[in-house]
Amino acid sequence: MNRLRQQVVCFWLQLKILLFSPFEGFLAVVFPLMFATAALLVYQVNGDPAAMLYAGIGAAAMGIWTSQTVSATTLVQRERRAGTLELVVAAPTPFSLVLLPITFAMATIGLYSVVATILWDRWLFDIALHVANWPLFVLSILMATVTIALFGFLLSVTAVRYRTSWALGAALEYPGWLLCGFVVPLDLLPAVLRPLSWALAPTWAVEGMRAAAAGESPWSDLAICGAVGLVYAALAAWLGVRLITAARRDATLALT
Amino acid sequence: MPLTERPAVEARDLRRTFRTKQGVLRPTRKTVEAVKGVSFEIAPGELFGLLGPNGAGKTTTIKMLITLLIPTSGSASVLGHDVVADVREVRRRIGYVFGGDRGLYERLSGLDNLRYFSELYGVPPREQKARIGSLLELVGLTGREGERVEGYSRGMRQRLHIARGLLHDPDVFFLDEPSIGIDPVGARELRATIAGLREQGKTVLLTTHYMFEADELCDRIAVIRSGEIVAEGTPGELKGLVSAGRVLEVETYGVADGVVETSRTLGGVRSVVVEDRGQVQVLVVSCEPGAEVTQAVLGQLGDTRVGRVSHRDPTLEDAYVELVTR
Repeated sequence: MNRLRQQVVCFWLQLKILLFSPFEGFLAVVFPLMFATAALLVYQVNGDPAAMLYAGIGAAAMGIWTSQTVSATTLVQRERRAGTLELVVAAPTPFSLVLLPITFAMATIGLYSVVATILWDRWLFDIALHVANWPLFVLSILMATVTIALFGFLLSVTAVRYRTSWALGAALEYPGWLLCGFVVPLDLLPAVLRPLSWALAPTWAVEGMRAAAAGESPWSDLAICGAVGLVYAALAAWLGVRLITAARRDATLALT
Repeated sequence: MPLTERPAVEARDLRRTFRTKQGVLRPTRKTVEAVKGVSFEIAPGELFGLLGPNGAGKTTTIKMLITLLIPTSGSASVLGHDVVADVREVRRRIGYVFGGDRGLYERLSGLDNLRYFSELYGVPPREQKARIGSLLELVGLTGREGERVEGYSRGMRQRLHIARGLLHDPDVFFLDEPSIGIDPVGARELRATIAGLREQGKTVLLTTHYMFEADELCDRIAVIRSGEIVAEGTPGELKGLVSAGRVLEVETYGVADGVVETSRTLGGVRSVVVEDRGQVQVLVVSCEPGAEVTQAVLGQLGDTRVGRVSHRDPTLEDAYVELVTR
């Protein structure tokens, strides 16, 4: 019970930190809308309403991916610059449980981008979101948010030893849009890249969103999405212990 | 000092080596031995000072003791728990505070910072409010706790750091240059807080550059130089290392290159350093008992304009300077 309280309190305080940053707040508000605009302008050329809906849903998930991958890989560097990284590592709480509420706070910002993008689609491009099964559609969005947060969690743990870890987030951002099939159908990608797409939980979450919108069953997509997310969490917890030990051995925690 | 009870902190032949790599195409690797076999014991309730110049290995030693660095060899324990094998047990029992502006969440209030670290350091929820309240009182931040840390002065931040380090009521407290950059009033308040920790029975390991601070606060002091402990004892014992001699101070207006080195070779001279004091530079010469070196030192200065020349008894700082410049 105390652990749950700890996670909730830490989540709330980390969310406060994120919300109080005017610059990051501006980026979080504007970036998803700009990406969605660019994608929808491309699709608008064909004048196909089904394709616009496809792109509209994908663009909504794109915002979470962008906010999560970039911010998760800069998370540790942010703590390092603030001088708090050593303090949180020296705390009796396992490091993975320090990072988990921070990544969920970031995912909450990402969740905003889904809602904002859907409203933006409606207002600017007149895309009416015809969703056959709203509860499952919302569940799919939440699954996308949680599993992208877990992916961010894995990234932030992996990046703990490296001061240039932010570059990893920047490098993953745009390939992720393609590999997860947010705005381009996976069938158009080379077959050799398919396993990479399957290993990314958002691929399944966005498939679930589209299935729920079309009135099909999203359960198999969501089940795989959840399973892949759990693998991320387990891998991050396992790596967390080993990478922190390696950072203590190689003196890389305090690198500024 | 032999201890009759189990030491609160024990370091046995601690060593730490850092390996650095430079260059991409033709990388050159360098190995730096930061700590070379440091051993000491701190008794429960003792305030122990670790003094040394920059790069001497003070912070590296502390980081090994607080589990942030794994020793290359040797062993250390805190309250009987090994710092490598029993990491969580050590972390539960220690507090760590370092000097400077960093180590706090700027966008959160002082109160939220304490709430956050209370959670991470496992302070029971029922005790948090009262504990945070009493600590804010202790460090003089009551009434300012709702303000964001980014608006705090350096002294306020440092006091908030102390409160953070005490949240989980640790038995052993590590203070790494806590008074660095604080104004004299703030530093005095901080010293009073540190003295209060000893009165509460806490064991404290303090590193500082300020000799008067170490003299005032510490029960025992170890002087570390180039990763090795070169002297250990009470402040009085350390002063005794140079008390048999005298200290010559010569005010000058610009010491020429090489004067310090040549003065060190004079007979009867133990150590020579230059201190900047406002407009003047003071040549501080520690002498052997009975040695008369004034004329010889003035002779080394040549045409340099000289002000007041005086003699005085050695202080802890003189002992420290002699130990780290030998």
